Amino acid sequence: MSDLFEDYGTSLGRSGAYDEMFGANMLARRSYSDVAGALGSLTLADVTARADSMARTFLDRGVTFDYAGEERPFPLDIVPRVIPADEWDVLERGVAQRVQALEAFLNDVYGRMSVVSDGVIPRQLVTTSAHFHRAVHGFEPAGGVRVHVSGIDVVRDAAGTFRVLEDNVRVPSGVSYVLENRQAMAKGLPEAFGQQHIRPVEEYPRRLLSALRKTAPSGVDDPTVVVLTPGVFNSAYFEHTLLAGLMGVELVEGRDLICRGNRVYMRTTAGEQRVDVIYKRIDDDFLDPLQFRSDSMLGCPGLVNAARAGGVTIANAVGNGVADDKLVYSYVPDLIRYYLHEEPVIANVDTYRLEEKDAREHVLDRLDELVVKPVDGSGGKGLVIGPDASREELEALRKRVLADPRGWIAQPVLQLSTVPTLSGDRFGPRHVDLRPFAVNDGEDVWVLPGGLTRVALKEGSLIVNSSQGGGSKDTWVLGGTPQIPVHVPPRESVTPREPISVWPVESSWQDGAEQ
Amino acid sequence: MLSRIAESLFWIGRYVERADGTARILDVHLERLNNLPELQQERISRDLLALMGAPAGDAPVSRDMLLKTLAYDRRSPASIAGSLSAARENARRARETVSSSLWEGLNTTYYGINKHRRDMVGTYGFCHWVLERSAMVTGLADSTVSHDESWLFLVLGRSLERADMTARMLSTRDLLSGGISWVHMLRCAGAYESFLRNRGGSSGDQNAAEFLLLDRLFPRSIVYALRDAEECLAKLDPSSQRVGFIDDARRIVGQARTFLEFHRTDNLLDELPEHMDRVQKAVAQASEAISCKYFNQAKQLEWIGEVS
Repeated sequence: MSDLFEDYGTSLGRSGAYDEMFGANMLARRSYSDVAGALGSLTLADVTARADSMARTFLDRGVTFDYAGEERPFPLDIVPRVIPADEWDVLERGVAQRVQALEAFLNDVYGRMSVVSDGVIPRQLVTTSAHFHRAVHGFEPAGGVRVHVSGIDVVRDAAGTFRVLEDNVRVPSGVSYVLENRQAMAKGLPEAFGQQHIRPVEEYPRRLLSALRKTAPSGVDDPTVVVLTPGVFNSAYFEHTLLAGLMGVELVEGRDLICRGNRVYMRTTAGEQRVDVIYKRIDDDFLDPLQFRSDSMLGCPGLVNAARAGGVTIANAVGNGVADDKLVYSYVPDLIRYYLHEEPVIANVDTYRLEEKDAREHVLDRLDELVVKPVDGSGGKGLVIGPDASREELEALRKRVLADPRGWIAQPVLQLSTVPTLSGDRFGPRHVDLRPFAVNDGEDVWVLPGGLTRVALKEGSLIVNSSQGGGSKDTWVLGGTPQIPVHVPPRESVTPREPISVWPVESSWQDGAEQ
Repeated sequence: MLSRIAESLFWIGRYVERADGTARILDVHLERLNNLPELQQERISRDLLALMGAPAGDAPVSRDMLLKTLAYDRRSPASIAGSLSAARENARRARETVSSSLWEGLNTTYYGINKHRRDMVGTYGFCHWVLERSAMVTGLADSTVSHDESWLFLVLGRSLERADMTARMLSTRDLLSGGISWVHMLRCAGAYESFLRNRGGSSGDQNAAEFLLLDRLFPRSIVYALRDAEECLAKLDPSSQRVGFIDDARRIVGQARTFLEFHRTDNLLDELPEHMDRVQKAVAQASEAISCKYFNQAKQLEWIGEVS
């Protein structure tokens, strides 16, 4: 091992976290043997040159996220996160199970609500969720699927056990970096690909397109799929362009769409063309000014009615936010037992429900030891890490919790597992999480092998969000046979449609938040 | 294809060609300026700015200001940096449609602007670099984008802008009579060698004007560029009527080209300002007509946003 790892063991001992690469006595785990071998042969100059070249490539190719109006390359570290086949098998089953349970739950809460009448969860929990949208109550979405795409965040605790941290079934982002990271790593650390079989990720866009087409409104033979973006100022714009490009479909903005007679059309140079499936990358609140925020020009008036009438499929379905409410999260193990009659494959993180009096009192006594999170937050917004917070911050938090106990949950501070990460002229342990992505076509839930490993670039920090200085790592799932690619029937040639006159729409920009 | 994307492609074509044309004009005129006394330099710089669509007002025109306005200021619509930034911004909006090599070509060009020294001597290098980059971008577009509707919009924008830019080049002859020769005009258009081979070294002003205006085989001549634009329009709207044209843009461009092609050339030099004016107006009107027919919403969009 080169001296790049000289102080690694010491830093590791300090953090007390589970390290993904090294076991006891600084011995590399078996899954990391090829990576360790490749890194061992490199000097500091090699590693730095490769890291610089990877960053430069990202900037040139425009692999960026938008941070406060500035395009920044998403930092990619040169050491991958490796997951052995047996561990992945558990994660894959656990994620798929969770998606199936959440899908069943959403169908239920927007329908008969048997989960409430059977006493599994309190009615109030559903009805008070900020993302429970009565506007979509009581109708089955075209295609019958609600959670087409999901990102289930998992972490590994100090004992090395995987736990689900949160569910994202609205607009989970980050899959584009999974695709780009793999390409960059093939150039950045080719030695490590060596003899091992790393499961490919490039199948994702085809799987997604296939699922979207499969869930088109009935009676459409050759569905037209589009990706709906809030526009270039959205932080995930790069991802929207990449997915639309790789699926070979149009990337539309709200102003490109028109709803008429419960059908959706897009303005093209040859007149209007019908749209059957919309993969929306806009938050529900901005989707349709007739139903939600009337000041939003990001969406298109009439979309929700068109979806209600079965004229268009919206993926993910409107109203999914109720399933990734963090208070609902605390009930997901029960939901898995209730809907699927199975035990959860991956455990939750222990969670205190602050609307329960005993839990609240217990938590308020120990605020400085816990993480407290708003139930409807995303992207790490608003959470308070007790041990890092000042006395004033904790006092302010206490008041906010007491004013709105339904709005918060608390969890113990987890020592997320670490992976060696280049920092200056050494590798140091940095905390990571993992977001596996799943695609649901109504029959199967397919989990992309790997997912996005986010890494906190500051030593000791537990915040991995890109908006707060996080980076990423390529995630390698080892072993197994390559999956058989799905077959997407070729598009028939587009028949020219009769042009219909269109009217101009005022345009203005707002940023729709993404998870 | 989406109207919005078609519009972006059209403007990518226009902006890249505008950067190229401005670099050519700037390069040749800077060289001339350096040979002149300072008083004359001031007047000529002022005229040049007005001609390129960035009139200077009453303030004295310094060399720095000239370079900033025509070369480096990303906020100036008349500058090379502004055009390249706007081209890149349009490509970013149409990123899933343009090829990734075309996008990367424009993106790395955008980042490369900052790497040049912003003084008189550095500007020669900058102009040369811009010509190379725009040739590269044009080449990538031609070889990596399917020659379907999207490419036609790109080429349409490029051809119209080229006709406009050559008209501007020819107008500098009139405005900057203080020392601009036809050799310089031909060099601006990259046409000097072609011209010499075709017409011989002893030809005079009249021949040079004919060449840049009317030559049917030189790609930067106005007639050639207008014919390119016409062909794109015909392919975009292949209506096979037996009489006339419904398409406004095609009518405007066709009229401008045939007027030039069939006009007697006896008084070409005297009539030059009038001809150039006609060409520039035709380009503006055609652009407007294309926008009405294909893009619908041109008025609400702003093409140069926060690009610095």
